[in-house]
Amino acid sequence: MSDLVTQTAESKAALDAHTVETVQWHFNPETGSPFWLERAGDLGFDPLTEVNSFEDLKKFPLFEDDWLRGGPVRRWVPKGLADKPAYVFETGGTTGIPKSRVVIDDFRIDYEMFSETLPDDAFPQGGNWLMLGPSGPRRLRLAVEHLAQCRGGISFCVDLDPRWVVKLLKKGKTQDAKDYAEHVIDQAMTILEAGHDIKCAFSTPKLLEALALRLIDNGSSIAETGITGIFCGGTEFTPQWYRFAREELLGPDVYITPTYGNTLMGLACGKPFDPADDYKITYYAPQPRAIVEVVDFDDHNQVVDYGGTGRVKLYTLTRELFIPGFLERDEGEREEPHEKYPWDGVSSVRPFHVFAKTTTVGVY
Amino acid sequence: MIDIPIVRWGEPYESMEKMEVVHFETGETLATMHEANAGLIRMDMRKARLAREKLREFSITELVEMVAEAADYYVDDTLPLGDGEQSPDDFCRMQSATTGLPEHMCRFNMTKNAFVMKHMHDILDALTRGLPYEILSNGYGHEDRGVMVSYQANCNAAGWVLPSNSPGVHTLWLPVIPLQIGLVLKPGPQEPWTPYRMYEAFAKAGIPREAISIYPGGTAKGPELGGAVLETCERSVIFGGTATIERYQGNPRVSAHGPGFSKIFLGDDKVDDWEKYIDLMADSVFVNSGRSCISCSGIWASRHTEEIADALAQRLGPIAPLPMGDPESGLAAFTIPGAAEAMSAQIDDGCTSDAVTEMTAKYRDGDRLITNERCDFLRPTVLHVSDCDDPMANTEYMFPFCSVVECPQDQFLAKSGYTLVGSVLTEDPALSREMLDATSVDRLNIGEVKTIQLNWLQPHEGNIIDFLFRARAFQDAPPPPH
Repeated sequence: MSDLVTQTAESKAALDAHTVETVQWHFNPETGSPFWLERAGDLGFDPLTEVNSFEDLKKFPLFEDDWLRGGPVRRWVPKGLADKPAYVFETGGTTGIPKSRVVIDDFRIDYEMFSETLPDDAFPQGGNWLMLGPSGPRRLRLAVEHLAQCRGGISFCVDLDPRWVVKLLKKGKTQDAKDYAEHVIDQAMTILEAGHDIKCAFSTPKLLEALALRLIDNGSSIAETGITGIFCGGTEFTPQWYRFAREELLGPDVYITPTYGNTLMGLACGKPFDPADDYKITYYAPQPRAIVEVVDFDDHNQVVDYGGTGRVKLYTLTRELFIPGFLERDEGEREEPHEKYPWDGVSSVRPFHVFAKTTTVGVY
Repeated sequence: MIDIPIVRWGEPYESMEKMEVVHFETGETLATMHEANAGLIRMDMRKARLAREKLREFSITELVEMVAEAADYYVDDTLPLGDGEQSPDDFCRMQSATTGLPEHMCRFNMTKNAFVMKHMHDILDALTRGLPYEILSNGYGHEDRGVMVSYQANCNAAGWVLPSNSPGVHTLWLPVIPLQIGLVLKPGPQEPWTPYRMYEAFAKAGIPREAISIYPGGTAKGPELGGAVLETCERSVIFGGTATIERYQGNPRVSAHGPGFSKIFLGDDKVDDWEKYIDLMADSVFVNSGRSCISCSGIWASRHTEEIADALAQRLGPIAPLPMGDPESGLAAFTIPGAAEAMSAQIDDGCTSDAVTEMTAKYRDGDRLITNERCDFLRPTVLHVSDCDDPMANTEYMFPFCSVVECPQDQFLAKSGYTLVGSVLTEDPALSREMLDATSVDRLNIGEVKTIQLNWLQPHEGNIIDFLFRARAFQDAPPPPH
């Protein structure tokens, strides 16, 4: 336990140092982004001199994700990276203007870090991947493809347009949405049957369920296709679904790990499976590049006690993006640090109860 | 506290997700209910054939007898419930505590279910028009008149996405098991009690547990679980509002049951004697706290409508909520926060029309809406509507609510829209003929029948036999030369 205490203290010190370094980069007139340099004068404090620790980020107002809608997206690119080739990752956008995040290398760094958490026996180096999730402007495909590549494999991708699915569901066209899901699974089946030696997969819970059931209907299984490792994300990845997936969809020979992430944060890892957890799912952000806090519903600067319930608050501190506190649309319980991740985690992530009634989750 | 698992083809299954079922008056947690996920349903429905095979180890006659036997257990016995047990009194108390229906109404619904169970043979005989059971079991056979007929089951298991608000709907799925078809129930979040109790009563009577699945879930889980039932069962029944009905219209796999808009029509030949029918009208509106789709929500007549509305208002207006255990309690509570308030606001909005007058207000000591800490009540409301085109002429709420609508007799059908139960008080052959020909009226009563007085030998919102079975051609020999 004392080791963990030491580790936690060390990670806290590293986070403070990383915070200062990131703020210096983003508010330096030579390297910072036009967005933050323009805002600096309105903050009421000088980030260059008055941010000396992670806690000092609470001097910033909450980040509003609406700021990410529309152009010019170059305002987000730090001057220090202006000459680098950039991608746009979008989120939302079924109706109206989507939120955009300009990315240069962050997705590669995030997924390389994530790669280090994957067990090689389930996700073998050199193994090929199936990417069964949203494609198009979300660009998740790029990230999963890079993950496959950095592990020596090749990613086979299926097209999926979640915005179309949301439109179908909003119009009550459930059969059309089902037909589209069948079309997606057809493509995945073709890849799996084509001799590509797929060993690993990314999927959403809904699509993984549909794929597994299709295979069962065909007298086969995920395990029989040769897949040994799957990572899967979203608030639909509940403890009950985790258990159902392990016990009934996948069986003992397929490893599945939950992840929690979004375009703004990157990828939080799931605590390794432990039967003692009773399928409780705990996520740890890729600190210090991203930090997740569980904060009081009424006071977003107050972290709740361990085990307490609160809103998920996110910080992104990379050279490409600076988000000094953003309230996610999710809630959960605050968890103690873990030896693999010596900082706070969050468990039982679910849609924030105030929004839950109006949010469509897990359409794909 | 009782812990109630999911039932997967007779096997209890403990979920990682549970919800508390809470007494709306006291806040006491009555039970923890394990919540299913859609994947369980999708996985289990792949084994639905086994449920039917298990039931086919028994004849329909044997299953009918078992259901009749189960009626006694359902009404009289203390039966297992999850990791505990439940007496008949517990059942009524629990059902009342979560649905808001007074306990004596819960007991009445028990009796109603038991009646259907006891008379299952008569009901199946009526609904199949006397078809020998062997023809349904074997898929074909000769009728007594020597004609070969064939009926093929449309499904191995039939799914039911049940509501919380009306325990009476359970009578509708009771014929499924004796017809040798597996039963899949997604209970309403507030009314898991009847499915579980019936399941145990069936099992005690010898019906194989493997034929039944029950997938409970809270309100948030409803769309996911209901969707999975409808997606995977080849035949399913769902209860919902008008939007649900419209969504599944024309889908042969789904029978959607919605608002009834049940009505009483007073013919011109009878309306001058309206006072004679006040009991019939009041009971049709009030019995079961107006909560059923068969409860009367509209009384249509060409004249005397203000007097009728006033007489009903005098009768119903003073009725106030009583404790759920009081045998005189006539009003059900609304246990879903905000529901009663929204309905009352809609009615107030409707009453701003010049054509609409609320007749009950002057006979009521207080407001229509009564709000409590954990539940609300709506007191009986009778409107007089002088314009049959007014939106309030044809509306329905889940409490004793009725619009008395002034409308010329020759406009009844043109203006009244869909009617689940239409009770027509007339001896006029022309009006009777018109009503008999009207496809907008589902169940038709011509004569002094309350809308709530159902004869179980008649089909309800379609014949379940026609829904679950398909008549088709079958030949085991060449036809005669022709």
